[in-house]
Amino acid sequence: MSSSRNPCFIRIRGVSKLFGDFVAIDDVSLDIAQGELFSILGGSGCGKTTLLRILAGFEQPTRGRVEIDGVDVTDIPAYDRPVNMMFQSYAIFPHMSVEKNISYGLRKDKVGSAEIAQRVDEVIELVQLGDFRKRDPDQLSGGQRQRVALARALIKRPKVLLLDEPLAALDKKLREHTQFELMNIQHELGITFVVVTHDQEEAMTLSTRIAVMNKGRLLQVGEPREIYEYPETRFVADFIGTINTFEGRVSSVDEQHIQVNCETAGGDLMAFNEHELKSGDKVCIAVRPEKIFISRDPPENSEDIRIRGTVDDLGYLGNLSLYRVRLESGKVILVSQQNRQRSAKRSIEWEEQIWVSWRPRSSIVLVN
Amino acid sequence: MRKQSRFILSVLAFGYAFLYLPLLSVIFYSFNDSRLATVWGGFSTRWYGELFRNEQILDATFLSFRIAATSATLATIFGTMAGLMLVRFGRFRGRTLFSGMITAPLVMPEVITGLSLLLLFVTFQQWFGWPGQRGFSTITIAHTTFSMAYVAVIVRSRLSQMDQSLEEAAMDLGCRPARVVFDITLPLIVPAMVSGWLLAFTLSLDDLVIASFVSGPGSNTLPMYIFSKVKLGVTPDVNALASLFILIVTVTLFTAWFLTNRRARKV
Repeated sequence: MSSSRNPCFIRIRGVSKLFGDFVAIDDVSLDIAQGELFSILGGSGCGKTTLLRILAGFEQPTRGRVEIDGVDVTDIPAYDRPVNMMFQSYAIFPHMSVEKNISYGLRKDKVGSAEIAQRVDEVIELVQLGDFRKRDPDQLSGGQRQRVALARALIKRPKVLLLDEPLAALDKKLREHTQFELMNIQHELGITFVVVTHDQEEAMTLSTRIAVMNKGRLLQVGEPREIYEYPETRFVADFIGTINTFEGRVSSVDEQHIQVNCETAGGDLMAFNEHELKSGDKVCIAVRPEKIFISRDPPENSEDIRIRGTVDDLGYLGNLSLYRVRLESGKVILVSQQNRQRSAKRSIEWEEQIWVSWRPRSSIVLVN
Repeated sequence: MRKQSRFILSVLAFGYAFLYLPLLSVIFYSFNDSRLATVWGGFSTRWYGELFRNEQILDATFLSFRIAATSATLATIFGTMAGLMLVRFGRFRGRTLFSGMITAPLVMPEVITGLSLLLLFVTFQQWFGWPGQRGFSTITIAHTTFSMAYVAVIVRSRLSQMDQSLEEAAMDLGCRPARVVFDITLPLIVPAMVSGWLLAFTLSLDDLVIASFVSGPGSNTLPMYIFSKVKLGVTPDVNALASLFILIVTVTLFTAWFLTNRRARKV
């Protein structure tokens, strides 16, 4: 892969899509760099699939332009775009063998038969379908069908590969395996992948960057870590992983910190002032469950945020233990702890009085 | 439990007896040696032999098959086009009206279909001098008009079951829209077209009412011939003819059913 990657390989500018009165996509602008494995993440009906279909050329945007590798493709039909798609249903032609399915795109481009044979061999090797090339699609398992779909989309060496929920039809074990396979193939070929998914875990592990969408709007674009640790909106914070939230108002501001008075936390919560907030501003403090410590004795570090509570419920997941802790205000928060010590006994029991604490750094300040 | 299952079995037996006893009796009496159709005179296959020496029957059979094959072919072409149009070409104005209208001939009384077609042909003859004589061409047209509705319904249901992303995938891989129909759509609905053809074929072969309306002197289809013979009293050779008829229709319908089911599982 070249070192001088084009950061605006795909350039989406002010794209909107209306179906009658329904706004499927609302003024989305987005740049995707060459060679990225980019995910568009969102719930059903958020417009992510429509955006993908606009990139593929199956839908015409109502407003806005789409550029791929410096060429405005907005008015170029699907069959002339340097883009291929892997469909959610895989859309494998049932009346063609695996080989015929895979070579279809090259046959349409009138590529010579010797070259077709060579490239089919290459791509079949890549997705490890060697034993199945003569089979009919109805003799394949779900994982094999997925690979046929991938091979068929890759054989034309597209500039961009679009993947619509590529792993949704596979069972859990196979999904994890395929996920890494996809990443390896992407890495090997250096083709820009745009993945649409509703599965946040999938997006987190696969992607170099994630765009979170809701109701047709783009909420946040960033690396998985950014999206998880520094969500900008309540929706993003909630959608990616789990999070505890405390509504409140800023009570005091000093050079670096703010104090936020939250009724549900039973007092002030300290956080870093990342948004230049003023006293009296309405904010929301959010903390990830794994950032909270749980202990019997009062935590020593006076900088930390400390709140008393009782254990309402606990769950042992093997690697993790989950606690539902009821604070004195009545609010229930979720805390997760890694089980670092090998032990058959529980250290903390149901109904036990405990302390929860977290570092001010861990407080995410959400401004609505 | 046992009592109930015996009850169900007897209901089942009665139901099927009701449906199939008349047919079985026709087949049974077709092997009757006696000249009287309803008096048993020993086993014989001579009426089957007789059939093939009867010029009138052979003519009627030949005409019926020619009409059935031609009208089934035309009905398949038009019906497939209508089905494709209704499912794949988006929401054009009046689509609901059209899809309702395509099914109307299925429930229209045959007498009315026959009468209206006869009136049409007579008017055409007065205006354009065509059709000069009613027979093969008029019956074929009449059969095409009602059996294409069946084909359209079959093709439409097949198409709406089909994953639309198959066609999009072909386009995505560089296939032009006009070509997609031949590469993807048609191969996948061929089973539906074949079973539509076979259904249209049997419908045409079976039809008596519409054919009677639109046929002219000297052109008798097989059902018309049987019907006119029966008016003079049932003869054993008609039984033999009817038995053969049942055989042909059954085989055709089973083929249609088999083709639809085999392919439906594949996709």
